[in-house]
Amino acid sequence: MMKQNIEPQLMKNGGTVDLSLVESLNYDEFSRCLLAEVERGGRVAALFGVPGVGKKDDLELFAIIARDRHATIAVYRTEVGTSFPSLATSCPQIQLFEREIAEQYGVTPTDHPWLKPVRFHRVWQGETDVWGRPLDRHPLPGDMEFYRVDGEGVHEVAVGPVHAGIIEPGHFRFQCYGEKVMHLEISLGYQHRGIEPMLLHGPHPSTMAQMETIAGDTTIGHGLAYCQLIEALSGCEVPARAQAIRAMGLELERLANHVGDIGALAGDVGFLPTASFCGRLRGDYLNLSAALCGSRFGRGLVRPGGVLFDLDPTLENAVQTRIDEIEGNTLGALDLFFDAPSVLSRLEGSGHVSRSVAEDLGLLGVAAKACGVPRDSRFFHPTGIYRKVFDELITEETGDVWARAHVRYREVIASINLLRQIGKNLPAGPVKVPVGPLKANALAVSLVEGWRGEVAHIGITDADGQLRRYKIVDPSFHNWSGLAMALRDEQISDFPLNNKSFSLSYCGFDL
Amino acid sequence: MLDIISERIRQGFRTGKFPKEEPKLAPRFRGMPEFSSECPQGCQACEQLCPFDACMIRNGKMAIDLGRCLFCADCQACPEHRINFSNEYRLAVRNRQELLYSGGEYPLAKPLEPARLKLLGRSLKLRQISAAGCNACEADCNVLGTLVFDLGRFGIQFVASPRHADGILVTGPVSENMRSAVLDTYEAVPGPKVVIVVGACAINGGPFIHSSETTKGLDSLLPVDLYIPGCTPQPYTILDGLLRLIGRREQRG
Ligand code: SF4
Ligand code: SF4
Repeated sequence: MMKQNIEPQLMKNGGTVDLSLVESLNYDEFSRCLLAEVERGGRVAALFGVPGVGKKDDLELFAIIARDRHATIAVYRTEVGTSFPSLATSCPQIQLFEREIAEQYGVTPTDHPWLKPVRFHRVWQGETDVWGRPLDRHPLPGDMEFYRVDGEGVHEVAVGPVHAGIIEPGHFRFQCYGEKVMHLEISLGYQHRGIEPMLLHGPHPSTMAQMETIAGDTTIGHGLAYCQLIEALSGCEVPARAQAIRAMGLELERLANHVGDIGALAGDVGFLPTASFCGRLRGDYLNLSAALCGSRFGRGLVRPGGVLFDLDPTLENAVQTRIDEIEGNTLGALDLFFDAPSVLSRLEGSGHVSRSVAEDLGLLGVAAKACGVPRDSRFFHPTGIYRKVFDELITEETGDVWARAHVRYREVIASINLLRQIGKNLPAGPVKVPVGPLKANALAVSLVEGWRGEVAHIGITDADGQLRRYKIVDPSFHNWSGLAMALRDEQISDFPLNNKSFSLSYCGFDL
Repeated sequence: MLDIISERIRQGFRTGKFPKEEPKLAPRFRGMPEFSSECPQGCQACEQLCPFDACMIRNGKMAIDLGRCLFCADCQACPEHRINFSNEYRLAVRNRQELLYSGGEYPLAKPLEPARLKLLGRSLKLRQISAAGCNACEADCNVLGTLVFDLGRFGIQFVASPRHADGILVTGPVSENMRSAVLDTYEAVPGPKVVIVVGACAINGGPFIHSSETTKGLDSLLPVDLYIPGCTPQPYTILDGLLRLIGRREQRG
C-alpha cells in the first residue's frame, strides 16, 4: 500500500537537511513521488547512489528535485538491491543518471531503454559490471553498442576522440542518409579523472584545486558551488563584500565564455570580423579576472568562507573603467554579427530543439532558455548578492542556433549591467571568515548558475563530519543529449555550428 | 560592408609587440616562486603540507618542483610563509629535473639541436592533444591564435592532421581513457617528432596527481622536448617556451 501524501524534506539552495530526517521510501513510493514532482514542473537536479554505511553492498538512491517556482529543493531517498526498475521511459531526464548509477555501483536499472556506459571506468564497489566487462582491466573507452540505422544509402560517420582543432576529446557517431543526419550518438568519458571518488572522506587539502578544475572554463562556477556547500555544512555566513566579489567573478566568467562562443560561431559561419574581435575581447574579460585574482580563469578567487582577494579603491576603479571601455567594443562586435543577413540565414532555423524536448531532457542554462524554457538558478534559487540584484530572466522562443546565440548576447548585456551595479554598491567589510568543521550526518545542496547553466553540487557527511558522498552535476551532463536532438535531420556539415551553439564541456561531463 | 569597415577601425589594431616588448601582466599574476628567507633548521613541514607533492627539501634548502606546482593563491606548503610568487612568467625548460627550483639561476629552455632545427626550417606545425585536463590549458593554447598573440607570425601553427605535424603538444594528465589515443596520434606524426607538454597535468598529473584514472605525466610514456609549467600557464609562458624551442627568443633569459 502506498502511503498517502508523502512530505519530503524541503530545503533552500545553500541549505542542509539532517540525514536522519529524510525518510527512506520504498522504491515504488520513491518512483511515484519522483514522477509526480516532474509532472508538477519539478526538475531532477541530481539522482545518485550512496553506498550504505552498514553492509558493503547496500546502495541508497537520493533524488534532488528543484522546485523552481517555489524556490525550494525536495530530497527523496530509497534503498535498492542489485537492480531497480528504470524510470527513464516515463522520465527521460533521468536516463543518464540511471546509467551513471549502473556504471558506478554495478546495479541494473531494469528495462532501461538505452543502458550504455557513461564514462568507461571500473565499477566503484562490488564485483558486478553491468555490461559484463572484465573487472581486472580498465574498460576500453567507446566500447559499446552504438545505435545503428541500416538500409540503402545509409552510412555511418565516426569522429574522435581526437578532433581536428584544439578541442577536448569525445566520440561522435552519425547515422546519415546522404548529407542528412538521422541520428547522432555521443560517447564520452575520455576526460574521466575520477574526481568524485577522490572527495571521499574529504574535504582534503587538494580538494579546492580539483573543484576549480572540474571544468576549467567554469572555475568560478564549480568552485563557488563547492564553497557554498562547505559553508552550508559548516554553518558559515559569508560576508556581503565577499558575496559581491564572487558574483563579479561569476559574471566575468560568463562574459568571457559567451563573448568567446559568439566569436567562435562567427568563425564557423565565416564571419571573420566578429570572430577576430570576440577572440580578443574574450581575452579582455579573462584579463579582468586576472586583475582580481592573478589567474585568467579565476583560480584562487573563491574559497570556503569568502574570497582570497579584495579590491582596493584603485583596482575597483580600474575594473569599472575597463568594463566601460570594452563594453562599446563588445556590443559593436556583437551587433555587427546579429545585423548581418548572411549570418542570420545560417543561424536561423538550424539545429532546432522544441520546448517539450528541452523540458523532457531536462536541459539547462543557455540551451534551455533558447527553447523558451526558463532555467536560471540566479533567478529561481538565488544565493548571496543575487538575492538582491538579479531579476532578469532571459528566454528566446525559436530553439535554434540563432536563439542559443541570442540568449548569450542578451546575457552579455545583462552581465555587464550587473557588474556595474555590483561595483557601484560594493559593501564594506571583511572578505573572508573562518570555516568550522562540517555537520555530521547531513546533506547539503548547492546550485550555482554557471555560464552554461546550473552547476549542482551535493554533499553528504558521515558521523565524523567527513564527506561520505560528493555528487557533481555539470550542466553539460544534461545538455549533451540536447545537441544530439538538435542534429536530427540537419546536414552533417552543420555539426560544428550546432556543437558551438551548445558549447558543452567534456571534462565537466566526464569528471 | 561600410559598418564592418567602420567597426574594424573602431576596434583598432591589437596585435601585441611581443617578443620585442615584454607583456604587461596582471600585478597579481603568480609566476616563478621566490624564497624570502632560509628554512629553519630541520624543518621539513612543506614536504607534508603541499597537497600536490610539489615541495621538498634538497640539500637543506626548500625546492619547488615547478612541474607539479599549481601556483596556488593560498599556497599551503610553507607554514613560515617563505614562498612568494613573482611576476616572472618565463618558465619553460627542456629537461624534467630542471623544474626543481630552489632559487638562483633558472635554466630556461635552449633551442632544439641544430640538426632538428634545420629540418624544421622556419615553421613548426603542432598537433594538439587534449588528454583529460580541465580544458583551460587548451583554451590558453587556442588563445595564441587570436590576433593579440598571432602565433602564425612566428611560423607556428596548430594543424588538424598528425600527418601534417612536426610534433605534438599535449595537455592534461593523460587519463586511462586517453592513453591509447595519445600514443596513436604520436605514432601518426612523421619523425623526428617534437613533444611538448603544457601545464602541471601533462607534466606530472597536476591537481589529479593522486587519481587512479590518470598517468602521472606524459614523460612516463614518451620522450618530452619541452616542459611548460603552470596551472594554467599564462599564454605568454607558452608562447615564450615555444619561441625558445625554435630559437626565436634571445637566450639571456
Ligand atoms: S603553490 Fe600549491 S602546489 Fe605549489 S607548492 Fe604551494 S601548495 Fe604546493
Ligand atoms: S594544468 Fe591546470 S589548467 Fe592545465 S589542464 Fe591541468 S588542471 Fe587545467
